[in-house]
Amino acid sequence: MFNKILGWLTFIITMTALYLVFMWVPNERIMGPVQKIFYFHVSSAWIGFFAFLVVFIAGLAYLFTRDNKWDTIGVSSAQIGVMFTTIVLITGPIWAKPSWNTWWTWDPRLTTTLVLWFLYLAYLMIRSSIHEEEKKARFSAIFGIIAFIDVPIVWFSIRWWRTIHPVVVDSSGFAMSPKMFTTLMVSLLAFTFLYFYLLTNTMKLEKMRAEVAGLKERLRNS
Amino acid sequence: MEYLFAAYAVIWTVIFGYTLMLGKRQKELEQEVFLLRKSLEGKQ
Repeated sequence: MFNKILGWLTFIITMTALYLVFMWVPNERIMGPVQKIFYFHVSSAWIGFFAFLVVFIAGLAYLFTRDNKWDTIGVSSAQIGVMFTTIVLITGPIWAKPSWNTWWTWDPRLTTTLVLWFLYLAYLMIRSSIHEEEKKARFSAIFGIIAFIDVPIVWFSIRWWRTIHPVVVDSSGFAMSPKMFTTLMVSLLAFTFLYFYLLTNTMKLEKMRAEVAGLKERLRNS
Repeated sequence: MEYLFAAYAVIWTVIFGYTLMLGKRQKELEQEVFLLRKSLEGKQ
């Protein structure tokens, strides 16, 4: 029931966000319609960061409590974070081509984001190669905590180094018109709901995976 | 305009792809759990 309500809420807010992006918010003066990539590109990036923050917190919680629930939350969030970061890494170059006249440049923001994607991809790959459940969870928790160091580096890269990537949030707040700000916030809300909807479903899947492993173990020992 | 279309097509393809993959894996695992439980009952 909760999952159904969450699914419908996600759908309604996403439709609202799409309406705002395509029908309500005006085109940016210099870049034109292509700038509208911004709303879901930025939302994907922020939800990716949030997903990795959850991996970090779940990692700490697992190491303190040794409760498998935290491992399930961590691995589920890592998968969703990788998915959102994949969206960022594909939509970014699509936006960069008409704006910067190149698909890719080794800009600090782009490079650190690519490193972030590789880190969590490695997290998932290494995890799948460990078969012992306790070792897998412990290793994942430690890896998730260390990998999170890259998130603030990605965030601050446009402030620390010379970059051509636009700064959305500066010391004076959000550098955009009120209509653009509203559209960005609704898009962000839509992806936040989507994150929790996907997290609930991915966790269900991970629990089933653990159940299958347990049943196989029982079958071997019986 | 084609860049905008491409970007949004990618976003929804990735999201729907992930959701479909979740559904498919869930069905496979449900089937696996059912078969494993049956084998366990058979052994006991």
